[in-house]
Amino acid sequence: MALSYLRSSSSRSANLLKPLSSSLPLRRHISTDTTPITVETSVPFTSHQCDAPSRSVETNPKELLTFFRDMALMRRMEIAADSLYKAKLIRGFCHLYDGQEAVAVGMEAAITKKDCIITSYRDHCTFIGRGGTLLEVFAELMGRQGGCSKGKGGSMHFYKKDSNFYGGHGIVGAQVPLGCGLAFAQKYSKDETVTFALYGDGAANQGQLFEALNISALWDLPAILVCENNHYGMGTAEWRAAKSPAYYKRGDYVPGLKVDGMDALAVKQACKFAKEHALKNGPIILEMDTYRYHGHSMSDPGSTYRTRDEITGVRQERDPIERIRKLILSHDLATEKELKDIEKEVRKEVDDTITQAKESPMPDPSELFTNVYAKGLGVESFGADRKELRASLP
Amino acid sequence: MALRNILGKRFGVGLAGRRPLSTATCDVESGNAKAINLYSAINQALLIALETDPRAFVFGEDVSFGGVFRCTTGLADRFGKARVFNTPLCEQGIVGFGIGLAAMGNRAIAEIQFADYIYPAFDQIVNEASKFRYRSGNQFNCGGLTIRAPYGAVGHGGHYHSQSPEAFFCHVPGIKVVIPRSPRQAKGLLLSCIRDPNPVVFFEPKWLYRLAVEEVPEHDYMLPLSEAEVIRQGSDITLVGWGAQLSIMEQACIEAERDGIFCELIDLKTLIPWDKETVEASVRKTGRVLISHEAPVTGGFGAEISASIVERCFLRLEAPVARVCGLDTPFPLVFEPFYMPTKNKILDAIKATVNY
Repeated sequence: MALSYLRSSSSRSANLLKPLSSSLPLRRHISTDTTPITVETSVPFTSHQCDAPSRSVETNPKELLTFFRDMALMRRMEIAADSLYKAKLIRGFCHLYDGQEAVAVGMEAAITKKDCIITSYRDHCTFIGRGGTLLEVFAELMGRQGGCSKGKGGSMHFYKKDSNFYGGHGIVGAQVPLGCGLAFAQKYSKDETVTFALYGDGAANQGQLFEALNISALWDLPAILVCENNHYGMGTAEWRAAKSPAYYKRGDYVPGLKVDGMDALAVKQACKFAKEHALKNGPIILEMDTYRYHGHSMSDPGSTYRTRDEITGVRQERDPIERIRKLILSHDLATEKELKDIEKEVRKEVDDTITQAKESPMPDPSELFTNVYAKGLGVESFGADRKELRASLP
Repeated sequence: MALRNILGKRFGVGLAGRRPLSTATCDVESGNAKAINLYSAINQALLIALETDPRAFVFGEDVSFGGVFRCTTGLADRFGKARVFNTPLCEQGIVGFGIGLAAMGNRAIAEIQFADYIYPAFDQIVNEASKFRYRSGNQFNCGGLTIRAPYGAVGHGGHYHSQSPEAFFCHVPGIKVVIPRSPRQAKGLLLSCIRDPNPVVFFEPKWLYRLAVEEVPEHDYMLPLSEAEVIRQGSDITLVGWGAQLSIMEQACIEAERDGIFCELIDLKTLIPWDKETVEASVRKTGRVLISHEAPVTGGFGAEISASIVERCFLRLEAPVARVCGLDTPFPLVFEPFYMPTKNKILDAIKATVNY
């Protein structure tokens, strides 16, 4: 890698390279170092109807630093979205993912962009994981044209076709049968890809989930159902909503694995295992034991149904970013200052993107009528008075 | 006039609007009416229902702590978890369960958290609840079932927190669909729905939960179902609506009056079975009718009203029936102001109809 000194006018991608003057000669190649390191996951996996994968995960400095940066970016993005919502620049609903970043990041490390991911409305970080840009995120949140769904979807409806991200869905549990349908298509096309259908502990009690599971198991579909169990379905604790909160076992005849969702490496290992399993044997359930720091959405303070001590406790003991930070420091892969610099850089990137996103215009009013149907069907949409106002849907 | 008390513009005002007036603790015996908002009125109705019938149950997602709109505040503490309880996140399960509970002679008051989520339960409502009495030759019925759901736009609800699905249910013989316009109406109508021996779907205008404040009697009272109410007298055109839309229509009526057009405004209250006689009598007086609702115009309930009125009053009509409704698109995100049937759209249509 070139060791040139960076000027402030250089392009954004060049800003990702660390300025050399601050790093020791030994650390020069950190961000491309792929020397394998083996790390043990925080807890062993618990399995249902299958053999659990090993606790030892192969990783390397590059991956760990990428994890750190990506998660720091996601964390900062969500916090910035919180402020924007309070400033009324984001309207409607906003469901934040901070605390759960390890799931998005670990999953991506185990799969390719040809595998499909479909999730619920808590989709900002999953979108980033799939390769979405910060600009698309903030513009979409603010309802601008530059957003990934052209400003028409909002927080709950991020999509990215070129990396097979089938989006964010508002209705709880509705995405799971859809995900199994995607898996069916993948099996048909024989391209060795799988679908990850993500849902929460609240959605785990939806009937349609079990219908989808049965169909997937019957037809051996490469579907991986991932329950992001953050222990609260909106304000309801899991033990109040489910007779059996062991979501990984709920598939009965479908094998399951319980994973520490705050450990990005455990998530990576589990997803890798699940992909191999799904391609050979059909559906599998992954239960990610995770936690969200924010409330269910921006209108939920998140403290009426759980104690502040619980939240700070998780932040201290299990925070995914801190975990990777400790790993990096203990393996001497970077200094504290370097990590702090990455965080500062990320913060600046987020702030700059927000400024840029604010410049993006609102969608044209004619967009109200576009894409209701496929083009060319010429359906009329009536307005206030059928004689006076008439708009033809394109 | 109740509608005068509805404050705040439709858009640009957050739902943290007025706090209820008057915190004086009046004695029930004095028969006083207190000014309260919509969710408090609903709360009172539920409290009375639970008090007066020991076999009444209130259940749904998150109702225990008071619900996302505070309609069920205090009920679990007062009546216990055996009668006021949370269900898991399964609408189909909630309604099916409610039908069974009602079939055993109980009053099951089920809450669907947002009307947008009612569709998984659609099969249960249409195929089970509405046909139970009919197909069992009156051996069984689920008349004790009342399903409550907040509906309608709220300024920033987007696709899945703003829908008005009343038209789907109006197409189902065997159930009743009731929509109140204000706190006093809501309490009386809800108690009637709960005590009606037929399954009822009760849609509550969520925009009005905090914004609408009205004097509501504290005692137990019921308002009749299937009776429309003329809430404003006029001679030039009949306006028909329900729920939150009525306050928008009333603003249009006031402005139209400045131009010398006197509008008669009717609150339908019960959508099925709807009060055809009252609407017909009004149309016979004015000769013109305009219907307004938030749901998309094509296939909305306005279409049924229009067809029925034309059937009954064809020779009396001076102008085609006007419908000022939501557009034929999914309920949009940033485009909500364009989608909605606003006061100006209604005013334009009033003038166009009168000058036909």
